[in-house]
Amino acid sequence: MTNSWTLQTKLLHNKHKYDKTTGGVSVPIQHASTFHQENFDGSPKYDYSRSGNPTREALEEAIAELEGGVRGFAFASGMAAISTAFLLLSKGDHVLVSEDVYGGTFRIVTEVLTRFGIDHTFVDMTNLHEVASSIRPNTKVIYIETPSNPLMKVTDIQGITKLAKANNCLTFVDNTFMTPALQRPLELGADIVLHSATKFLAGHSDVVAGLAVVKGEELGKKLYQLQNAFGAVLGPQDCWLVLRGLKTLHVRLKQSQESAEALARCLRNHPAVQAVYYPGLEDHPGASTQRYQADGAGAVFSFELKDEIAVKTFVSNVTIPVFAVSLGAVESILSYPAKMSHAAMPKEERYKRGITDGLLRLSVGLENIDDLKKDFLQALSHIEASRVLER
Amino acid sequence: MSKDHIETILAQLGNRTENVTGTVSAPIYLSTAYRHSGIGESTGFDYTRTGNPTRKVVEEAIAKLEGGDRGFAFSSGMAAIQTILALFKQGDEIIVSADLYGGTYRLFEDFRKYGLSFLYDDFQDLKKTEDLINDHTRAIFLETPTNPLMQETSISAVSELAKKHNLLFIVDNTFYTPVLQRPIAEGANIVVHSATKYLGGHNDVLAGLVVAKGEELCEKLFTYQNAIGGVLSPFDSWLLLRGMKTLSLRMNKHQENARELAKFLEQLPEVTDVLYPGKGGMLSFRILKEEWVDPFLRNLTLICFAESLGGVESFITYPATQTHADIPEEVRIQNGVCNRLLRFSVGIENVEDLKRDIQEALKAASKEAVGQHD
Repeated sequence: MTNSWTLQTKLLHNKHKYDKTTGGVSVPIQHASTFHQENFDGSPKYDYSRSGNPTREALEEAIAELEGGVRGFAFASGMAAISTAFLLLSKGDHVLVSEDVYGGTFRIVTEVLTRFGIDHTFVDMTNLHEVASSIRPNTKVIYIETPSNPLMKVTDIQGITKLAKANNCLTFVDNTFMTPALQRPLELGADIVLHSATKFLAGHSDVVAGLAVVKGEELGKKLYQLQNAFGAVLGPQDCWLVLRGLKTLHVRLKQSQESAEALARCLRNHPAVQAVYYPGLEDHPGASTQRYQADGAGAVFSFELKDEIAVKTFVSNVTIPVFAVSLGAVESILSYPAKMSHAAMPKEERYKRGITDGLLRLSVGLENIDDLKKDFLQALSHIEASRVLER
Repeated sequence: MSKDHIETILAQLGNRTENVTGTVSAPIYLSTAYRHSGIGESTGFDYTRTGNPTRKVVEEAIAKLEGGDRGFAFSSGMAAIQTILALFKQGDEIIVSADLYGGTYRLFEDFRKYGLSFLYDDFQDLKKTEDLINDHTRAIFLETPTNPLMQETSISAVSELAKKHNLLFIVDNTFYTPVLQRPIAEGANIVVHSATKYLGGHNDVLAGLVVAKGEELCEKLFTYQNAIGGVLSPFDSWLLLRGMKTLSLRMNKHQENARELAKFLEQLPEVTDVLYPGKGGMLSFRILKEEWVDPFLRNLTLICFAESLGGVESFITYPATQTHADIPEEVRIQNGVCNRLLRFSVGIENVEDLKRDIQEALKAASKEAVGQHD
């Protein structure tokens, strides 16, 4: 019965909508680390909180249902989820990774997996021929992020999963930017969906969490063994906070996306803005693929100013957004990839990927759109003013 | 009032309140006591009942949103109202809404033992209201819209009456919140909230808030908040703040769904009346037969049959046995809260899903009830 409700309704009504013992409509926070075992010989459902916790289970079942998978897993951070998933691989295996993958994932792949004898190739996932020709006999996983960070390049998920299946590979998709409210990769053939739930899923800049959802039972068992073995599980209190955030996911994302599009359109007409990267704009190269595989373009976009000086002027004059790393919150967050997420990358490599010194990434929050426009336009006007002074 | 729009103020609540770490989410200060460097060198915080940094963020937030001078957070809406009652003394009379939340009614009736008197009025004819005012009258306590009959009263009209007779004017703004109604701008002296409802919004924190206008009144309220001590805990203050960040979004969605459902309910043959003021997320409706109530509630699969309101999940309440059980049946029915009346707190689910749930449950209920009679 509940399966026939829309996703918007499912966010609020799932099997954990009320507690069976008391009728409480908010999932109880079960802090117990261990559980009394009634039967001497029985195998209890819960024995130790790392292996299974009722609050975590509620979150894991919720995300599994939302992503359309068979099993969900909650981890202490997005990186804990991603690294646990990568450890499904063994020595001698090879993985294909989006060339503009998130910096934290880049670090795991290049600095940790290599030590375990797991090799990698970075490819431009928007180019399916390049992906196909990079597949080796020992390639076991194709790992994608779409839209990518920070340039919002769109990868054809179904194209990748078909290639992967034909070559006996698994497809992992980081769905952090879209969430299941906009994009459900498992329905498009992916095997594992990964999330930094710190972002849109929780949505309030107040909890660090990671989630994974798998499509197949067999893969689910394997990932469960790893989750339990490594033990980077999410604490009950944090599970509850993510569950609480999920309840407003639909309304938050809808509002933020609407504002993101309006602000992107406003900025791209400004003389101080050289480019706006948002797959919701018609002239974005990934716009049609995005329309086909997702229900919207999300709430994050990047835009380019002339240079570092222009960025500095803009950042010191803009007042509403928080100038910080992270994204997907109720507050708008402005990031400077050159000095934040991609600081570790050599300048040459960074420029090759289009991440210039003038690039800013914006995650649009829930502020009033007129306030945001006003704030951005006044901050941009200072760039103009300083140019005039230079002359 | 800040120049920013309310959505902007809400999304940014708690941000930039702490300068040491730059944290975006306000910290939860669990410390009960605060160290002083020396005699007379308080940080502004001494003991957490008197003042707590996390509670202060939520108190300043509600004061700003309601356009008052100072805000106060309590452990429940009832604790908030009880603290307001501390402003009065033996012999004082207060004129209150007749169609009042049952908990407030119970508290007022109980306070008669301290020599306070409460006169109930529906505020539909302010001449009649004025006739109730005498030398002992000290205040007017208004709920608008009323619960569960959803009658709106003009705040500014009552406010004029209150000013004319030098009465303290208190408005319970729980149902509309500052997103839809700001009573202080219309002349109220005190606004009170059960913040458990729309402000918290997730059915997971119990809280009350008070905002007052005027230095002297604020000072008195602070004295009683500190003296009585029914304050909101730091963790609950933080949860409330977290909820308030999405208040505007939620309220818009609640209202959009409620408007749509009011229209939908009106055309159902099983429904006789729909009481909806056109604003907000609350509506009440009467179904054709009293014996359908129980099977209707049992057959709902999506909407919860539960007390309380204002959360993201839809709730249906049966005032006769739940919120208004403490009001004598005779008085209750006379006020229009009959045994066929249901109160609906419309959630933010997809509205088509909600319609389907109601329609299916009503159909099943009318069949079951017929079955019983056969």
